[in-house]
Amino acid sequence: MSCNSGTCESGCYREEYSGDDVRHDRPLVTGNGQESNGVSSRGGDSNSPRLCIKCKVNENIVSTHPSVAAGGGDCIRFCADCFRSNLFGKFRFAVTSNAMISPSDNVLVALSGGPGSSGIDEMKLIVSSLAPPSKQFFVIPTESIYSPDCAAGRDQLTKLASAVSDVTGKEDLVEHLRMLSLQKIATENGCTKIVLGTCTSRIACHVLEATVKGQGFSLSADIQYVDARWEIPVVLPLRDCLSEELNTLCNLDRLKLLLHDGSFFYCQDSLKTIDVLQQPRSGINGLIASFVKLLQQENPSRESTIVRTAGKLTPFCFNRIPEVGDDNGHLASQRRQKKYNLKPNESLPPESFCIICNSPLKKTGSATFNDIDNGETRAAAACSSCQYQIFPKDPSSLEYLFTPPSVNECTGKGWQYQP
Amino acid sequence: MASEVVDATAPKPRGGRFCTVCNERRAALKRPKTLEQICKECFYAVFEDEIHRVIVDNHLFKPGERIAIGASGGKDSTVLAYVLSELNIRHGYGLDLFLLSIDEGITGYRDDSLETVKRNEIQYGLPLQVVSYKELYGWTMDEIVKLIGLKNNCTFCGVFRRQALDRGAALLKVDKLVTGHNADDIAETVLLNILRGDIARLSRCTSITTGEDGPIPRCKPFKCSSVFNLLIDSFEVGPLTCSSRIYSPNAYRGFAREFIKDLERIRPRAILDIIKSGEDFRISTSTKMPEQGNCERCGYISSQKWCKACVLLEGLNRGLPKLGIGRTRGLNNERNKDMKATNGTKALQSKQCGTLDF
Repeated sequence: MSCNSGTCESGCYREEYSGDDVRHDRPLVTGNGQESNGVSSRGGDSNSPRLCIKCKVNENIVSTHPSVAAGGGDCIRFCADCFRSNLFGKFRFAVTSNAMISPSDNVLVALSGGPGSSGIDEMKLIVSSLAPPSKQFFVIPTESIYSPDCAAGRDQLTKLASAVSDVTGKEDLVEHLRMLSLQKIATENGCTKIVLGTCTSRIACHVLEATVKGQGFSLSADIQYVDARWEIPVVLPLRDCLSEELNTLCNLDRLKLLLHDGSFFYCQDSLKTIDVLQQPRSGINGLIASFVKLLQQENPSRESTIVRTAGKLTPFCFNRIPEVGDDNGHLASQRRQKKYNLKPNESLPPESFCIICNSPLKKTGSATFNDIDNGETRAAAACSSCQYQIFPKDPSSLEYLFTPPSVNECTGKGWQYQP
Repeated sequence: MASEVVDATAPKPRGGRFCTVCNERRAALKRPKTLEQICKECFYAVFEDEIHRVIVDNHLFKPGERIAIGASGGKDSTVLAYVLSELNIRHGYGLDLFLLSIDEGITGYRDDSLETVKRNEIQYGLPLQVVSYKELYGWTMDEIVKLIGLKNNCTFCGVFRRQALDRGAALLKVDKLVTGHNADDIAETVLLNILRGDIARLSRCTSITTGEDGPIPRCKPFKCSSVFNLLIDSFEVGPLTCSSRIYSPNAYRGFAREFIKDLERIRPRAILDIIKSGEDFRISTSTKMPEQGNCERCGYISSQKWCKACVLLEGLNRGLPKLGIGRTRGLNNERNKDMKATNGTKALQSKQCGTLDF
């Protein structure tokens, strides 16, 4: 587990690992399971429906934590220990097999306060060889992408939001702006990776959202473990975890869905400016969320099936961690790479990205667009979905969309990020 | 806020918008595709023109071909029969058109719709061929439902209908089979294939022509056209609008249909966007696809040893109707084994149309 000490600036985490372990009074969870946990002492229960379906020794979560089990889906048939090791196993698998994070990385964890990102927070402590030793916590309002001065930024953001008349479009735009903010914070603070707590359930919704919005071509870019089309690569280690599993974990550990016990994280908070837009998802996205929920109730593996279907679509070349030759963590990260997920990708990089949502454009697909005077050339650089639901019909509103000054300052690349 | 909804309902209270094409008559509908307000007469013209373009651009037909139109008696196939016979004359496609109807044997449902098809036969002067489940498989849907109950009977009806259409087309010796699937149907299929993880079907369900390597290709000229309720007033159509779902609506197919209707209400162009997504999905050619072979029993195309219809039929005839529903692969293998054990001739007899050439 210890990293190559010669190449690792941040030192070896072994001590911290055990430190965490003691502090949380939780058994050490390793890939191969339970032996060390003293499980056999409680193994006398012969009533099999109450037993964990994996170890068949401990009582399952339904029996031990009835309150937690209420909305827990299938995962409550595990005992708490097996459940944790199963969930952490998925996380560890995602991180290591995709070489997501190397010891020298400075990682930005996007924390919304929901179970997804808090789950990451928790797992970070377990997979501590991957966790940076010191953590800081920031609250960044989205308007800061316009200007360091919050009032001016907020004003501009409000104008932009009111220029976009479509409810769904507004929601999607805010999401794009959030990604830009994360990129900005990461760049300003020297972070080399951004970790999002996007779980299977959320990805399943995104698959249908993209399909319904006509973004079938770019869909496969958004749902991989790694998305390096941005200046700072974005990774999704919870891609294989269901939201109900994460909820169960939070409930089991009584995780407060905000910060806990002295660990500090970067956090991005967009609630202040645009709480109007942060209501439960509305429009097309809201409809899809309730549709997926309904399907999941009918069949508990539906979300995974959706994600697996979309996972069969061909990813883009930027859906893997770019190889950096002179990086300090290179050796270590190479050691972590497993063959199967990093097979060479023949697809050439797409030449252009949507000027608004940064999704790759199909070369022939962008030929047709609505006539929008003044903005015509720029509309041509937007995907058909953004043209329809985000691109302001009123040319005078275009300036808000295309002049986020501090983004230009901080990345030097303007609105559009190239990988 | 909700601009899409407002837009859709706004013209009604005002009531007096004129057709954007002829500017003479009152607009009667708004096309989801172009958002134009147009009148009924112009819609006919625009619609027929659009289908003509689809047929020409996609080279759907060659002069002299024999074409079967899958006719259910519902609105889509009725309009299809009308438009094709009209365009065939107007633009001189030189096609021999036939109507092909399937009689599932559902009392009270097909009787009425078959009447509609028979009227179409006279109206457009197109020869009609009716094939029934009873004569193809020896079972009517009524009998099947009596045996297996209301659950899962959609599986039978769907599988049998698909094959019955091909067999009917073979009887007519046609070169192509045309169906009235419209944009809503395709969008629904795209969604369902995502929901059930069927990447192979997902990759081909949006093609306008399918089965070109098979004996009788199928095409869907209405692929990108929406349901045109307006046209229906002028046609006599059967009692049910969608294909026979009277016995049991499949749970998540029902959800998907509702979902699409809701979607269309919020954003009419979503239907076409779903089809666009379906066409644009990056599905690599190296993605493992099931191999197409032929059924050892009846010769119909099948990825397994026996085609699905034969599996289901075998189950019916042996009094094990659950055979073939659910985990097919295991059952197919198992059944292949005991097919050798049982005598083969008896099994072959049950499918009366069993040796059609494909």
